[in-house]
Amino acid sequence: MERFTTLTAIACPLALENIDTDQLIPARFMSRPRAAGYGGFLLHDQRFGPDGARGFILDSPAYSGTRILVARRNFGTGSSREAAVYALWDFGIRCVIAPSFGDIFASNAVKNGLLPAQVSEIEADQLLAVLSDAPAPMMTVDLEANAITCGNQSIQFVIDPVRRLQLLNGWDDLDLTLQHQAVIQDYRGRRARNQAWAFPTIN
Amino acid sequence: MKARTLFDKLWDSHVIVTRDDGEALLWVDRHFVHEGSHHAFRKLDEKACDVAEPSLTFGVADHYVPTRGRPVIADPEIAGMVQRLKDNTGKHGIRQFGLDDPAQGIVHVVGPEQGLTLPGLLIVCGDSHTSTHGAFGAFAFGIGASEVAHVLMTQTLWQRKPKRMRIIVDGALGLHISAKDLALHVIATIGTDGARGQALEYAGEAIAALSMEGRLTLCNMSIEAGARCAMVGPDELTFAFVKDKPYAPKDDALAAAIREWQSLETDADAIFDRELRMNAADVAPTVTWGVSPEDALPITALIPSPDWLAPKRGSYVTEALTYMGLQAGVPLTSVAVDRVFIGSCTNARIEDLRAAAAVLKGRKAKVPGLISPGSSTVKRMAEAEGLDRIFTDAGLVFAESGCSMCVGMNGDLVAAGERCASTTNRNFKGRQGVGARTHLMSPAMVAAAAVTGHLTDVRDLPPVRS
Ligand code: SF4
Repeated sequence: MERFTTLTAIACPLALENIDTDQLIPARFMSRPRAAGYGGFLLHDQRFGPDGARGFILDSPAYSGTRILVARRNFGTGSSREAAVYALWDFGIRCVIAPSFGDIFASNAVKNGLLPAQVSEIEADQLLAVLSDAPAPMMTVDLEANAITCGNQSIQFVIDPVRRLQLLNGWDDLDLTLQHQAVIQDYRGRRARNQAWAFPTIN
Repeated sequence: MKARTLFDKLWDSHVIVTRDDGEALLWVDRHFVHEGSHHAFRKLDEKACDVAEPSLTFGVADHYVPTRGRPVIADPEIAGMVQRLKDNTGKHGIRQFGLDDPAQGIVHVVGPEQGLTLPGLLIVCGDSHTSTHGAFGAFAFGIGASEVAHVLMTQTLWQRKPKRMRIIVDGALGLHISAKDLALHVIATIGTDGARGQALEYAGEAIAALSMEGRLTLCNMSIEAGARCAMVGPDELTFAFVKDKPYAPKDDALAAAIREWQSLETDADAIFDRELRMNAADVAPTVTWGVSPEDALPITALIPSPDWLAPKRGSYVTEALTYMGLQAGVPLTSVAVDRVFIGSCTNARIEDLRAAAAVLKGRKAKVPGLISPGSSTVKRMAEAEGLDRIFTDAGLVFAESGCSMCVGMNGDLVAAGERCASTTNRNFKGRQGVGARTHLMSPAMVAAAAVTGHLTDVRDLPPVRS
């Protein structure tokens, strides 16, 4: 997994709440292989209509090369589809800042090296305002310091400390789990002995 | 010993090891995979790993399966998805409930039906509505593809213990008012992030009185309130449901299991991080008007107007109403629908089909509609009871089982601009198709909308003259 330490990049304001994972990547694209890249599917139906591009903010030249998104509450709510993170990642997004995130989305994000940075509703509104007015909407997100700097604003963000370490170090859960192989086998043995009913049988 | 909640008990019994930082490695008793799990199987292949516990893993073809014309699948991309699940499960020795299996259906309907879902288990699936299985007093939650791959490889998962929340519902639900109405009422009350990341237990008189189907509906919808998982303490009704299910323990093993399951209840003085109390008498038939499940109101209400609201909420409502093609401030019952859908893991169990049939019996639908049973087993039960005839006599299509128009992956789509009264769980923009407009409600309410052609209070339908 790619490590996340600090990032200075163009940030795009999405002043919307409840951007669910069905919007982030519509279901019809999820049968596609990842190898071809999911970036074109990101927020597809907001960006493209039957007559082509709709002039959605993400596609405006000022935000080309965006790597950070700022949104309103409940970003990534809904379906557990990790493809929502793939779409963000393949588009180039490495950090999403919002007042709250869908529970499964936030977990998926971290597992792919994408930072879900939580701020208050008021701070999100401030960042959205600064970005909308800025001619060159640059932002710095520093995970070591849990800090966002944008224009003359400086804001502390919140992230679960374990997730923070995972992102800083680029850790993969699997390597960690394999170190516990012996205790896993012990547990399995106990479960099979004491809760035989927990193992399915058909007769 | 310290008093514990039901969730504490479920958690404690699955912890393999807890790290100093609080993350715990949990044992997974059941893992369901579906066509969408292909990303996870690819990760497995990349690492050249085997499935750790194939006999605890079950495949179900549901998201992409056709509801008509089986077994032919015209679209090669969709056919490829169904085939890929068959190949992946076949290769790893996993039991698959595939397209041609008499027990095929939606994963969250098949699990309970097959006795794979039991009290006291930890159940995961790469699908957010896995919370459904908590209705049995199980610890069940949805996971992403990376976690699916991790479970396939290790049969375990790292988790941090969530906070515990309880909603107690006193009193009794009124006539024609179902678990779906209660679920929408809860979500409208606490918001789509109201239970964010929490383990949510339902208790109280109104919950005890719910059927297993009703409890499944309620736990299913809890993900729309942001909950990590939802649960109801198992009782005699739960044990009776499990008995005689194909994969459930039998005879002595069942008796031993039940003895253990009886301890799966929240201790009297256990503490929750948050508790709410509601009264079932306050729940009306409830429908959504907007693009989030929290945008729900009693059917007797008016569509909200941005003018009544603070500016930020007002602009959200304006945008939602524009997408939905609705006028502010008019009665919900004035909204005409173009089609209806009865299906999904939320509301396509036998009790749901019976509730819809009770309304449709002797009546004709004014709009077209599709009914996709929750499983092929439910389909056969409905046919045995003659419900299929009631549906087709009303002019609706009674089809095969799958996720169908809940998500449209199999091609069962609502056309752009069309308005659908639906028993599903998400009214997100584009969920049922690009530009589709979804109103969520109970099966009885969808049936009522079908016969009048507009959103309707099912309690107001005049009796059918025979
Ligand atoms: S019926 Fe809908 S919500 Fe349920 S599993 Fe299928 S797609 Fe998901």
